[in-house]
Amino acid sequence: MIETIFPILYILAAAGFILAIKWMNSPTTARRGVVVGEVGMLLAVVGTLLRYEVVNYEWILIAFFVGSAIGVPIAYIMPMTAVPQRTAFSHACGALAAALIGTAEYYSHTPHGFVMAALALETLLGFLTCTASLMAFGKLQEILPGRPFTYPGQNFVNLGVFGAAVAIGVTLVFSPEKTWLFPIFIVLSLVFGVLLIIPIGGADMPTVIALLNSYAGLSASAMGFALDNKLLIVAGALDGSSGFILSVIMCRAMNRSFTNVLFGAFGAIQSSAKEAKEERPVRSASAEEAAEILDAARSVVIIPGYGMAVAQAQHKLREMYDVLTRHGVDVRFAIHPVAGRMPGHMNVLLAEADVPYDRLVEMEDINGDFSRTDVALVIGANDVVNPAAQTDKTSPIAGMPILRAHEAQTVMVIKRGMSPGFAGIPNDLYYMDKTLMLFGDAKSFVTNIVKELGSAATAR
Amino acid sequence: MNKYEIAVWVFMLAAFLGFELIRRVSPLLHTPLMSLTNAISAIAVVGAILITGAQDATPLSKVLGFIAVVASTTNLVSGYLITDRMLKMFKKRGEKK
Repeated sequence: MIETIFPILYILAAAGFILAIKWMNSPTTARRGVVVGEVGMLLAVVGTLLRYEVVNYEWILIAFFVGSAIGVPIAYIMPMTAVPQRTAFSHACGALAAALIGTAEYYSHTPHGFVMAALALETLLGFLTCTASLMAFGKLQEILPGRPFTYPGQNFVNLGVFGAAVAIGVTLVFSPEKTWLFPIFIVLSLVFGVLLIIPIGGADMPTVIALLNSYAGLSASAMGFALDNKLLIVAGALDGSSGFILSVIMCRAMNRSFTNVLFGAFGAIQSSAKEAKEERPVRSASAEEAAEILDAARSVVIIPGYGMAVAQAQHKLREMYDVLTRHGVDVRFAIHPVAGRMPGHMNVLLAEADVPYDRLVEMEDINGDFSRTDVALVIGANDVVNPAAQTDKTSPIAGMPILRAHEAQTVMVIKRGMSPGFAGIPNDLYYMDKTLMLFGDAKSFVTNIVKELGSAATAR
Repeated sequence: MNKYEIAVWVFMLAAFLGFELIRRVSPLLHTPLMSLTNAISAIAVVGAILITGAQDATPLSKVLGFIAVVASTTNLVSGYLITDRMLKMFKKRGEKK
């Protein structure tokens, strides 16, 4: 009886996951998607607990309890700016689980052939994703230095470690009884995960997080092959293709090749950035002047970047949006695909601040409008508005699609100082005649603009 | 068709289905999408339960399985909850809180 029930529950669970992703295509159905995804997971867990192979429940129930005790606070306490870290940490957990299951399976059954190959793949991907995600977590949380760390022969070392891990994996497939090889395999996988993330800087995190998402999924899928479990295969494949597509989108948004990313070779180009040019004059303005210009404008496009997240300026920005909208100014937000530390990062922060999502416009849709825009306000973004990406063929970011802020009538840039951005590339946008630099902390500067806008309104 | 062959077919079809579904997701929702797929990858919990609860589980696989259930439950619970928390915030103009 029960043997006929659990396959049905598994099939329903898989359908739930597929619908969950399908409904993510629109904000109006997305929450329904989460519910159906949760139901799918519940069916999968219940179906598994009902299986006749499962006889000991105590440990499982304790583990559920412990896992929830860790997971629930994380989900509610983490501020929205920390979503990239949380995702990285969660990837690490999921990948660790897959890797440990692979290990346990190897030692208890010593499988052969196809199953052993799947198991080796699962364990390799699981352990490397685990340490790589923890490294990404450390860099995002700023426990580890966020700057890329490179040394001569880095790719050689990385490929060497990876090659050794694969060689041992293949050996184990053909002679699984060599149990002494397995711990070495584990250590190499763990080490490779660390090496993979060392050369990667914060600005490349959107691609990396997406890629780790993909690896975690593929690891679960490999587990499905090893345990002959179709639900695991389907869920893992969905996850794997999702992460893969997102990382391809991120690569395209940075004009980097996918192989470049796969081998973690990026981040290194930053060292080739040119020396800063000689001092050039810039025009700066006060909050009062900025407020006047914004108030007089008909259309304003705000371009947020990671700096907005760091300064937690999104709520003040919303206040500014409210005031300007009330004054009849058309205010929109232009979102570059790689702004922030994970795909779609800016959208979540602005949604948190109650900015309506129909005011958030993608790069392709807004780039044609800049020439008809009165003011482009850049806040905490740098490379994504650097015209050098399109004009200077020797620039490290040459060919990267940018938001064409320089076409607006007036450009305003809120920035702490004149230091070049993360990539260390000088930005000609700052030196243009129509550009006003607003020096200061993003949050306090926007606060001042809002104040000025308020007093201007009462003076009318 | 042996069971491994079927498994590869299932993987191939699911991967292509995934490609088609994800391509339609608006970039607006990429962060919640990643959170959701991350939560779905917690499906590893199924394997973890099978290992931990098995009749013939050795002490080693019990310990590893236990850690695996804890880790995947953490992934699962925080993944779903934070996805919903994020999606709650996405509103259109004029929509009430």
